[in-house]
Amino acid sequence: MERLRRHPELQAWLILAIPVIFLLIFFMAPLLIVFVYSFLERGKYGGVEWVFTLDNIRRVFDPLYFKTFLRSFYIAIVTTLITLGLGYPLAYFIAKSPPSRRNALVFALMIPFWTNFLIRTYAWVMLLRTHTGLINVTLMNWGIISKPLPLYGNDFAIILGLVYGWLPVMVLPIYAALERLDESLLEAARDLYASSGKAFWRVTWPLSIPGVVAGSMLVFIPSLGAFVTPAILGGGKSLMIGNIISNQFLGAHDWPFGSALSMVMMIAMLIATLIYFRWTKKSELAT
Amino acid sequence: MSVKTEQMQSNHDIWERIKSKLGGWSLSAYGILAFAFLYLPILILVIFSFNDSRSVSKWAGFTTEWYGKMLQDGQILLSIWNSLFLAIVSTIIATILGTLVALGLERYRFRGKTAVDSMFYLPVIIPDIAMAIMLLLFFNMSGIGFTPWKVNFFGARLAVPYSVIIGHVAFNTSFVAIVVRARLTQMDRTLEEAAQDLYANAWQTFRRVTLPMLMPGIVGGALLAFTLSLDDFVITFFTSGAGFNTLPVRVFGMIKKGVTPKINAVSTLMLAVSLSLVVISILLSRRSGDGDSVQMGF
Repeated sequence: MERLRRHPELQAWLILAIPVIFLLIFFMAPLLIVFVYSFLERGKYGGVEWVFTLDNIRRVFDPLYFKTFLRSFYIAIVTTLITLGLGYPLAYFIAKSPPSRRNALVFALMIPFWTNFLIRTYAWVMLLRTHTGLINVTLMNWGIISKPLPLYGNDFAIILGLVYGWLPVMVLPIYAALERLDESLLEAARDLYASSGKAFWRVTWPLSIPGVVAGSMLVFIPSLGAFVTPAILGGGKSLMIGNIISNQFLGAHDWPFGSALSMVMMIAMLIATLIYFRWTKKSELAT
Repeated sequence: MSVKTEQMQSNHDIWERIKSKLGGWSLSAYGILAFAFLYLPILILVIFSFNDSRSVSKWAGFTTEWYGKMLQDGQILLSIWNSLFLAIVSTIIATILGTLVALGLERYRFRGKTAVDSMFYLPVIIPDIAMAIMLLLFFNMSGIGFTPWKVNFFGARLAVPYSVIIGHVAFNTSFVAIVVRARLTQMDRTLEEAAQDLYANAWQTFRRVTLPMLMPGIVGGALLAFTLSLDDFVITFFTSGAGFNTLPVRVFGMIKKGVTPKINAVSTLMLAVSLSLVVISILLSRRSGDGDSVQMGF
């Protein structure tokens, strides 16, 4: 006991031992397995043969699959940009509201986010479906359109579903950055005859960049790895990398290839994150 | 200053004021539209759960028939019990583990801390599909497999695979740790120092001072874990083997088959549960005074 008190390091490890062991077994070991499986041959009836191969990695870059990879990137980037475009003014609106109302607005933002993702995606199935969706049926009943619009089973539906799902996550960090903003800086800019536009671009925007970076990452990563949204709103036609991965485990029984796909996906995310951080650092220094 | 420049100055002021008024109005209008975008789909979903027709695109009068159908569906009821049991068990374990992580990482300095710290962020960052297949391969390879825990839960006979429980604990621990850590950093340490000055030992200080002050964070973390567990679809779907359904897994299966008002009814039920969890967390954080970080979970 006396020894323990004198050695805080020992105390720390005692406290952390159980959770760390748990995570090592049930998270780090599985991560390692995926890594190892990426380099093994596929077994006849699912499973793997313990023979080293680079075929799986090579297949990821086969145009057939790589095209899906690129499309997933495209969908994730477009989703992030639209979410930023919609989310920034919304965060600004909340930050500019009277302080008494701000908390209520933040909660109003969080309630949809706490609602099940599957349900929020399903709500759009109901609205978007080609022949029986509420939007097309209503527009046709009103005689505004004669043919149903192609709203479902394509990239548009997936992007809309992702934007809807992740918008709150973009708004929160930007709002947090804007709320911390020192009003007196803006007053100083105005005293120096900066127009409101100029004051925004020179003061508000640079100071909100950390929020923008955090929000963008929080939207980009799950969008790139999306599985539920394309599975439901893609209508079986429009797929993303998450669906190709899941197919290797649910249908094709090609575990090594599925592992290789998810390894490459995670590495791609890591690289995209690093580039993004470096790039925003630079632009922060420039302003 | 000449009269002319003064005139220009006041013109400039008026122009700026008009601009800021207009800007304020359009900002408010935008805010209203954005919230409408967030809420309308959910609202329409709820409305059509009361629709007296198989269709979910045309209103045909009010009925609660679909809720009755939902309650007669044994599969749905079983999946509700599964969801609840899974959420309760994984929340309890994850809350204990996550609180330990928060205490260990926030209160101590030791070699390898950065590595441990980043390791606990990984489950939050990694896309759920990647984590799901990782766990699937792991359980397949290890002897654990998808063995179920057979249990009688309020009269319902459940068989919940250990793999799913472990999977939920694996991602929830990190979320709890983040929320509890946020509370720890805000906490005033002088009270703990005062306790130690009064010759309380480490355990007494923890039990009587640290833990009560930390409670709002722990409860907030537990509520977040409970919500995440109830909501999870991807990790449950891949780590459960065949034949085990939570409510989201069941709903996914139903959506794949087509759109019916029964799905709307189930969705509305899930919505009501999430909403009450949010309300509970608001009330709890109100009582504990502050706690923006606790409420948001991030």
